[in-house]
Amino acid sequence: MTFWLLLTVNSVTFGGLLFLLSAGFSLIFGLMRIPNLTHGSMFMVGAYLGTTFLSGALGFKLNFWVAAILASVEVAILGALMERLLLRRLAGQPLAQVLVTLGVSFMVADLCLMAWGGDPISVATPPGFAGFVRWGGAAFPLYRMAVIVIAVVFAAALWLMLDRTRLGAMIRAGVDDPQMARVVGIRVSQLFTIVFALGAGLAGFAGMIGGPILSVYPGLDQDMLPLALVVVILGGTGSLLGSFVGSIIIGFIYNFGQALLPELAYFILFLPMVLVLLLRPQGLFGGQIL
Amino acid sequence: MSRKPTSGKVSSGKVSSGKVSRRAVLAGTAAGAAVALGRFPNPAIAQSEPFKLGLLTVKTGPLAQGGIQMEQGVLTYLKEKNYTLGGRKVDFVSADTGGNPAGTKTKVQELVERDRVDVILGPLAAFELLAISDYVKEQKMPTLSLAAADNLTQRNPNPYLLRASACSSQAMHPMGHYAATELKLKRVVTISEDFAFGYEQMGGFQAAFQKDGGCVTNKLWPPLVTPDYTPYVAQISDVDGVCQGFAGSNPLRFMKAYASAGLKYQVVTGQTGADDALLKSFGDEALGLVSCCPYTLDLENAANQRFVDAIRKDYDVIPGFYAAGLYVNCMVVDAGLKAVGGDASDKDKFMTALKGVSLNDTPRGPIKFDHLNNVIGNFYIRRVVDEGAKYGLKLWNKTIKTYENVSQFWVWPEAEFLAHPVYSRDYPPLTKC
Repeated sequence: MTFWLLLTVNSVTFGGLLFLLSAGFSLIFGLMRIPNLTHGSMFMVGAYLGTTFLSGALGFKLNFWVAAILASVEVAILGALMERLLLRRLAGQPLAQVLVTLGVSFMVADLCLMAWGGDPISVATPPGFAGFVRWGGAAFPLYRMAVIVIAVVFAAALWLMLDRTRLGAMIRAGVDDPQMARVVGIRVSQLFTIVFALGAGLAGFAGMIGGPILSVYPGLDQDMLPLALVVVILGGTGSLLGSFVGSIIIGFIYNFGQALLPELAYFILFLPMVLVLLLRPQGLFGGQIL
Repeated sequence: MSRKPTSGKVSSGKVSSGKVSRRAVLAGTAAGAAVALGRFPNPAIAQSEPFKLGLLTVKTGPLAQGGIQMEQGVLTYLKEKNYTLGGRKVDFVSADTGGNPAGTKTKVQELVERDRVDVILGPLAAFELLAISDYVKEQKMPTLSLAAADNLTQRNPNPYLLRASACSSQAMHPMGHYAATELKLKRVVTISEDFAFGYEQMGGFQAAFQKDGGCVTNKLWPPLVTPDYTPYVAQISDVDGVCQGFAGSNPLRFMKAYASAGLKYQVVTGQTGADDALLKSFGDEALGLVSCCPYTLDLENAANQRFVDAIRKDYDVIPGFYAAGLYVNCMVVDAGLKAVGGDASDKDKFMTALKGVSLNDTPRGPIKFDHLNNVIGNFYIRRVVDEGAKYGLKLWNKTIKTYENVSQFWVWPEAEFLAHPVYSRDYPPLTKC
C-alpha cells in the first residue's frame, strides 16, 4: 500500500515538474513551429543560477523562492536575447533554427562546465519544507507536495493568461494561424520574443524548483530535454492542456514503469509517444491550445 | 548526443598551473609538428628527446567531473617532479575523448600515431577502454587505465594494460565481507546503474557477501540516466541494508531520493558511491554511508599529505579517487622508467618494468601488481561522519577498517575465481532467502 501511495504521489510531483518544463516548450513549438532544443539548457542554467544566488558566492544570500524567481527572470532575458539575436535572423528556416538551438545547447553545456565546474551541486530543500507529511502509514516529503501545488498554481495562471487576457488571445491566434494573425494586425514577431522569453523563464524556474529533487550537474540538460519532447508530442504541440495532461501521464508512466518493469523502463516511456505519432500525429490535444 | 572531442597539447615548461592559453597551445602544437617532421629513426638521440606522456580523459560532457580531476592528478605529480620522470624531461599531451567510445578511438590514434607518446594514462570509463583495448595491444602501447572492466585483467587479459586503481569488483569484495561480518547485515538489496561497471560491482558484492552468510534479496538496475530514483527506492523493503554502486553525480541524487522516502536501512557502496570529491556536495542524507575505496582522503601518510596539499594549493579542489588514481599511475610510470634507465623505446621491456613496480609510499598506501597486471593494494572501509572533517568540509569519510593487500581474486584461489563467468547482471544468480 505504501509502495503504491509513494509512487502515486511521486508520479504527480514528477508530472508537475515536467509541466513547468514542457509548458513553455509546447507554446514555443506551437507558435514558432520549432522544437527549441535549448530548453533543457534553460532548465539547467536556471538551476545553476539559482544555486549561485542561494550559495552566497556573489556576496549576498537569497531566500530559495527569491533565488528561483530571479533565476527565472534571468533565463527569460537570455531566452529573449537568443530569439532576437539568433532565431530572428533565420526566420522562415525551421531547419536552420533547430540546428542553431542544438548548437547553442552544446555551447551552453560547456560554458556551464567552465563556470560551475563538473562537480554536482546539491540544492538544499527550502527551510520549512524539509519534513514529511504522514498519511496512512507512509511518509511523503513535504517539498514534493509543494511542487504539486506550485505546478497547479502555474497551470491555472497560464490558463488565465491565455484564456482571459489580450496577450493570451494574441498568442492563441498566433498558434492557430500566424499568417491570419499578421493580417489582422497582431505583431507576431513580437509575440515570438514574448513567448520564447516566457517559455525560457518557466524552464529556468522549473530547474530551480527541481533542484532539491534532482540536484544540478553537467548533463542535466540532456537528461530533461527528451522528457519535455515526449510530453509535448504526447499532449500535442502548442496545447497547454496537452502539456498538462501529457506531463501527468508521463509522470505516472515514468514512475510506475521503472518500479514495475524496470527492464523496459525506456521502452514504456517512449511507447506512448510512438503510438501517438502513428495513430494521432497531432497529439492527444493537438489543435486546442487550452 | 555526442560532442566533438577537443584536444589540448601542453609542452613541458610552458605550463605550470594547468591553465593553457590559446597561444601556448598553438605554439605547443607547432613545436610538436616540427619535432615530428625532424624525426629520424635514430636511437642514439632517443634519450635526449623528452619522454612523451599521453592522457586520455574527458573534459566535456557529463563525465567531465572525474575527467578534469584525472588531469589535475597528473599535473600535480608532474609539477612536484618538475616535469621529470625517470630522469627524463616530460612532454605531456592531454586528449579529451568527449566520453564516448568513438572519440576515444580517434584520440588514442592521435596520441600514438601523431604525438608518438611513450605511455598512455586513462581512459576513464570501461566502455572507452574496451573500445581501444585491441588497438593498444596491436600497437604494444603501455596503457595505465583507471577504467575498471574486470575481464581485461582476468579472463581476457591485455598484456599492455596495467591497472593501478582497482577492477570493478575489487573494492566490493571487502565491502561484502565487512557488511556481513561487522555490520552484521543479513538481507541486502543491490542497486546500481544498468551497465558493466554496475554489474561487476554488484556481482562482487553479492559473491563476497553471500560467502560470509549474507543474502541478496533483489537487484535493481536503474538506467544510467535516471533523473529521479524514487521509483526504485520505493521497491526497497523487507531488508536490513542497501548496496548502491552509483558513479558520477548519481550517488548524490540516489541518497537524496533515499532519504526523502524516509528509509533508514544501512547503505554501503564501493569506490565511486561516496567518492571524497563528492563530500562537499553531499548533505546530511549521506551521514552513515559506508564505502570501500582503494583511496581515502583520510589516509595519513607522507605521500597522501604531499598529494592533497599540492592539489589543493594548485586547483583549490578536494581530490577523490580519480585524481589520486592518476597521481599513482604517474608514480608507477616514474618508477618503471627509472628501472629501464629512462629508455622506453623497447615497449615490451618497458611494460615488464612497469609490471614489476612495487611502491610503498603512495597516496593510497603500498601497491604491487599481480601477473595479470592488476593492482594488489589496500582497500579502506570508510563511514561518512560530520565530525573531524578537514579542509573546510562539513562531512568526512572516516576510515574505520583497512583491508591490506587485497587482490582482484579476494580470498578465492585464482584458478577457482577465474573458472566462474565474469560478474554480470545475472551472475551470481539470486537465491531464495
